Amino acid sequence: MKMVEAIVKPFKLDEVKEALTKAGVQGMTVEEVKGFGRQKGHTELYRGAEYSVDFLPKVKIQVLVADDSAAKVVEAITDSAKTGKIGDGKIFVTHIEEVIRIRTGEKGPDAI
Amino acid sequence: MKQGIPRYLPAFLAMLLGTSLIVRGVFAADETKAPEPAKAEAPAAALAPPDAKAAEPAPKLPSYFTVTSDDPKKPPAWPDPTGAASGTWATPAGDAKGDIPEKLSIQDVYDRMVHNLYSINYVWMLICGFLVMFMQAGFMLVETALCRAKNAAHTSAMNLMIYPLGCLAFWVYGFAIGWGNWWNGPVPPGWYPSLGPGLSALNEGWGLGAAVDAAGKATGAFTYGLIGLKGWFLTGTVGDVGVMALFFFMMVFMDTTATIPTGAMAERWAWKNFCLFGLWVALPYCIYANWVWGGGWLAQGGVNWGLGHGAVDFAGSGVVHSMGGAIALAGAMIIGPRIGKYDSQGHPKAMPGHDVPLVCLGTFILAFGWFGFNPGSTLAGTDLRISYVVVNTMLAGIVAAIASMVTLMLKGLKPDPTMCCNGMLAGLVAITAPCAFVDPWAAAVIGLVAGWLVVEAVFFWEKRGIDDPVGAISVHGVNGLWGVISVGIFATGQYGAGWNGVVRDEMVKLYGSDGVRGLLYGDFSQFIMQLIDAGTVAIFGFVMAYVWFKISDAITPLRVSKETEIEGLDGPEMGVLGYPDFQLHTGQKLVE
Repeated sequence: MKMVEAIVKPFKLDEVKEALTKAGVQGMTVEEVKGFGRQKGHTELYRGAEYSVDFLPKVKIQVLVADDSAAKVVEAITDSAKTGKIGDGKIFVTHIEEVIRIRTGEKGPDAI
Repeated sequence: MKQGIPRYLPAFLAMLLGTSLIVRGVFAADETKAPEPAKAEAPAAALAPPDAKAAEPAPKLPSYFTVTSDDPKKPPAWPDPTGAASGTWATPAGDAKGDIPEKLSIQDVYDRMVHNLYSINYVWMLICGFLVMFMQAGFMLVETALCRAKNAAHTSAMNLMIYPLGCLAFWVYGFAIGWGNWWNGPVPPGWYPSLGPGLSALNEGWGLGAAVDAAGKATGAFTYGLIGLKGWFLTGTVGDVGVMALFFFMMVFMDTTATIPTGAMAERWAWKNFCLFGLWVALPYCIYANWVWGGGWLAQGGVNWGLGHGAVDFAGSGVVHSMGGAIALAGAMIIGPRIGKYDSQGHPKAMPGHDVPLVCLGTFILAFGWFGFNPGSTLAGTDLRISYVVVNTMLAGIVAAIASMVTLMLKGLKPDPTMCCNGMLAGLVAITAPCAFVDPWAAAVIGLVAGWLVVEAVFFWEKRGIDDPVGAISVHGVNGLWGVISVGIFATGQYGAGWNGVVRDEMVKLYGSDGVRGLLYGDFSQFIMQLIDAGTVAIFGFVMAYVWFKISDAITPLRVSKETEIEGLDGPEMGVLGYPDFQLHTGQKLVE
């Protein structure tokens, strides 16, 4: 099983969600986060003092998938989250050792 | 950031001065017309005063307006704790004549008319006072919202509790010091108090040069009044409806001063020390108020030194706002900047407020409350000059808001709404002293200068290492002084005849009456007196506060610990979080 984590621009969340649903994903976790990569922030002046906004708001989406679906899911996210402008984000794919559904106790791929 | 004096400043000032002179020239024609005979021009006069120069003696007044009694067996009607001395208060209550106009004598009609006159004055003052009290909510919102969320409970609490603490001190000793000798202040011949002669109970104080009557007995007046000494806890013979109204109105004004320093010292002020401050602030406020409003030596500058009408401050640019700003400056200097405010090179770092909409809401509440602050200071709803006061107040505020916005944009900055809010408030502060005495165009000019001045002042103090999160020193201190000075420039002479007891023959000959008049209208001495007034409040307020904060710091620390300040004062000082459901901390670096 793989965990696909994607950090995307906040206004792309709905599009990514729809693309993931079309790709067969049945659940996801979403967090509001802040961050920067090579995009960097910008500087404002507040009452005469400089004020650097380094961290930009982003959204992190976590999706659990079977090993063979990972590539399809990554492609779905990439296509829907891309704007072509700097700051589009990144996707991380990690190996998951175990998954448990709390209500029924199911384990492994049955719990996805 | 541009350093030094902005390049456009000299041109701007020249334009301003030129415009003022041109407008004055255009309206010079008005001056040659003698103004209408005074209807209610003397401070809080209730009737047209009889001509002081008339050959025959002044007519004997009915008991509605005098402190003496016709009948040696009956005590005088005033001081009056029930209001009965002001005439019949209900018809037809117990008095069948109220129903039958044909049965009413002229005396009955006069009785009811006088009572209505007093009623209008009392209702007006009290309702205006309610508006001013509501300004506490405005201050609370502006300050809390301009500070960080982790300090919201503490900042709100300071603005909440300053009202009870300040009011307590005012009741215990402040009113007595400020107004205990109010009745013995300088007034023009034929002046009557709008709230009734019960205010004659305020007749004990101390100063230099005790006046004595022909028999050598002290009259209670002083050449240089310094302090009042009657009315502690509102006990003694001050039980009078007029005294109560004056007490309430003056109390809510003091509260405005008291709450100003909480903004300049926010996010650092230890609670116990703040509580001591709340009980102390009535001291400098009421002493200075005595000097300007309580008949003391600044008000007497006219009768003593021939300087205009003495210090003129209609609703308190000096008494309320400059005093608050001076105290705020001393406090901010001693408490030191917030951790992380200045980097290792001394450059200021921004610490944005956490709720811009609340700043704007608070500003509107203050602007609304100012419609009680300024016009209420006539102390009389029957004084129709209130409509001028209202228009001047409004114009100064709105022009100042625009001026602040334009100043920011001319500097290449974005139109920060919090600075525009400060701008509106600066205009309102600046018009507070001159509002009854100037023409609307002058109110707009005063606001224009105030809006520009507050922006420059905010940058000025910040560059000098004085961390004022809300701009209190710039809005109230700096613009309060501008307001006091502007009386000496723009006052037209149409209102305020006999103010502080000054009636000069040469002025009456030239203009028909001796109203409060600035240098643009022919009285340079008023300008000098206003400068003295401004200098006094700045120095007195600052020194008193500086000494107090040093002393109180030795009793209980002025500033919270570093750990508390970084965590936020809400939990450690107040025991509650302002916003317990939210994650509040920014990642902002906090190096000292």
